[in-house]
Amino acid sequence: MATRRLAPPEVQPKEFAFTAENLAWAKTQIAKYPDGRQASAVIPLLWKAQEQAGGWLPQKAIEHVAGMLGMADIRVLEVATFYTMFNLEPVGKFNVQVCGTTPCVLRGADEIKKICKRRIGDEHHVSADGKLSWVEVECLGACVNAPMVQVNYDFFEDLTPENFEKVLDELQAGRMPKPGTQIDRQFSAPVGGPTTLTDPSIYKKKNGQDAEPVGAALTDDKAKRPGEAANVRDAGTPQAPVADKTAPRGR
Amino acid sequence: MLQDKDRIFTNLYGLHDSGLKGARSRGSWDGTKAILAKGRDGIINEIKASGLRGRGGAGFPTGLKWSFMPKQVGPRPHYLIVNADESEPGTCKDREIMRHDPHLLIEGCLIAGFAMGANAGYIYVRGEFVRERERLQAAIDEAYEAKLIGKDNIHGWDFDLYVHHGAGAYICGEETALLESLEGKKGMPRLKPPFPANVGLYGCPSTVNNVESIAVAPDIMRRGAAWFSSIGRPNNTGTKLFCISGHVNKPCNVEEAMSIPLRELVEKHAGGVRGGWDNLLAVIPGGSSVRCLPAPLCNDLPMDFDSLVKLKSGLGTAAVIVMDKSTDIVRAIARIAYFYRHESCGQCTPCREGTGWMWRVVSRMAEGRAQKREIDMLLEVSQQVEGHTICALGDAAAWPIQGLITHFRGEIERRIDEYAANPHSEPVAVAAE
Repeated sequence: MATRRLAPPEVQPKEFAFTAENLAWAKTQIAKYPDGRQASAVIPLLWKAQEQAGGWLPQKAIEHVAGMLGMADIRVLEVATFYTMFNLEPVGKFNVQVCGTTPCVLRGADEIKKICKRRIGDEHHVSADGKLSWVEVECLGACVNAPMVQVNYDFFEDLTPENFEKVLDELQAGRMPKPGTQIDRQFSAPVGGPTTLTDPSIYKKKNGQDAEPVGAALTDDKAKRPGEAANVRDAGTPQAPVADKTAPRGR
Repeated sequence: MLQDKDRIFTNLYGLHDSGLKGARSRGSWDGTKAILAKGRDGIINEIKASGLRGRGGAGFPTGLKWSFMPKQVGPRPHYLIVNADESEPGTCKDREIMRHDPHLLIEGCLIAGFAMGANAGYIYVRGEFVRERERLQAAIDEAYEAKLIGKDNIHGWDFDLYVHHGAGAYICGEETALLESLEGKKGMPRLKPPFPANVGLYGCPSTVNNVESIAVAPDIMRRGAAWFSSIGRPNNTGTKLFCISGHVNKPCNVEEAMSIPLRELVEKHAGGVRGGWDNLLAVIPGGSSVRCLPAPLCNDLPMDFDSLVKLKSGLGTAAVIVMDKSTDIVRAIARIAYFYRHESCGQCTPCREGTGWMWRVVSRMAEGRAQKREIDMLLEVSQQVEGHTICALGDAAAWPIQGLITHFRGEIERRIDEYAANPHSEPVAVAAE
């Protein structure tokens, strides 16, 4: 358990109300649940409120959601303090959440944390320009792409100190870099191409015609960019030293 | 080795179209109406015969779980809940299903919903998976549009499917905590009984299943229970998504046959242990909650429920965390202890207090700043936490520490000796803090 409290009164905004657009969205969420069970929508609504308030959840937003759902304020406050994705204090425009659980630590999350500390400052601290803040979080569920961070809603995976610095450069310039893996890799497939699902016959329709192109273009990670069309050629990107089994990758 | 034609998740790596058209070309939604025509008992018996055990960690037979739902739908509606709150450290398989093969899951929801008399289903996705949730919702919208699910769909069983999400609480992966969270409360587990099949979501009969358990159901129904049960070993059948992370050359997700030897799994798909198999120190075979296994036990180790339970570990979610000889094993386990301290919901005293206490003691042991008698004290306390809490988080917090002490007591003692041999200005701290 973590101790989580609301931000001090001086940073709390005076009022909060959903915009018309968000209000309409909130109604579609409430409609997902049976009559009289609108309290179920509390997490999605708080989430939207956090999004509207600039990445954190002010007290007035909690009270506003409670009023909308006919819940006692304390019940919504309980929810807001229990779930750790609700930021109770202001965060930077880009909130970098570094996964610090064992599978990421084994692959170098400590280096990533050091870079955050050096470039952004202390944890739970917003940089002077308001652009960045960082926090160590528990397992984010991308363990085969470790180490990784989540920036706002996107995952940045397979980080090394070098490519993470580049991600931070982009964020500091106010741009969102390309999310996903930061090395040459197809999602959670092994580096260098899948070892399974390579039999083209399983992607054929019964009448013998290809149901869809078998993604050979993407398995060839030497000459083309994964995710681009096959004719987009690019210089070979630096490969992780997978052939040399004695050298730890990314160190 | 499992052949490609026997794999269920044919778009695991996102190389193909994850939309409805692509999913159909890979066999999804093929003959779903004929499957439903087998009737509720027909489907449940087929799933039972396939030997499918729940993929969320506990390994409870899925068909049996479905059969616990009341046979007749009374005044209280039935609900299907899909647990996509994947947060077990090391595990990242449901994420791939949701973003690359969502139609397998949606079709499975319809079949499972029909088999248990549910006209509504909720998929509870962990809060962090924002993009995965968007992909899943897009796939559900496609299915609604094609009248595959929803009211008056072509399959003749009204079924509404909703995506719900959490906001970063590991405990919501526990089924009753998930139900509490879905009702808009703090995710604190409920006492059982009553079990969710009688009193679940909104007090109605509900069944909570893992994403993978539901997503394999359509293929079992199409290809038959005999096909599924022919893979793996008796009582441990079928294919399984393995997540191999840590000190391997090529960490990856892969679908393999149950009972595949650990060494084959790691060497064939993950490029082997960094520095070779002899450089292996230990493996956590099923996500952070299970006891670790030292290298000598890993040589001929079939990866399935029963053989791992024999070694007092577990298959859990089949998330293999590999640690080579460069690993500071005590620190690695201490970090896991911190995870449980962070994620304890605070409801039961043994877990709320115990997880913090165990973390503090094992962290000191990582530095060697402890007494040797504290090792046995730690083991005893972990046994006091285990089994004395409402949900299994207490057990999950105790097991990694018990595994560490069982297999690496010598390493802890060595550190204590090393620390004691050097003069320090601060005395060794006592256990109670």
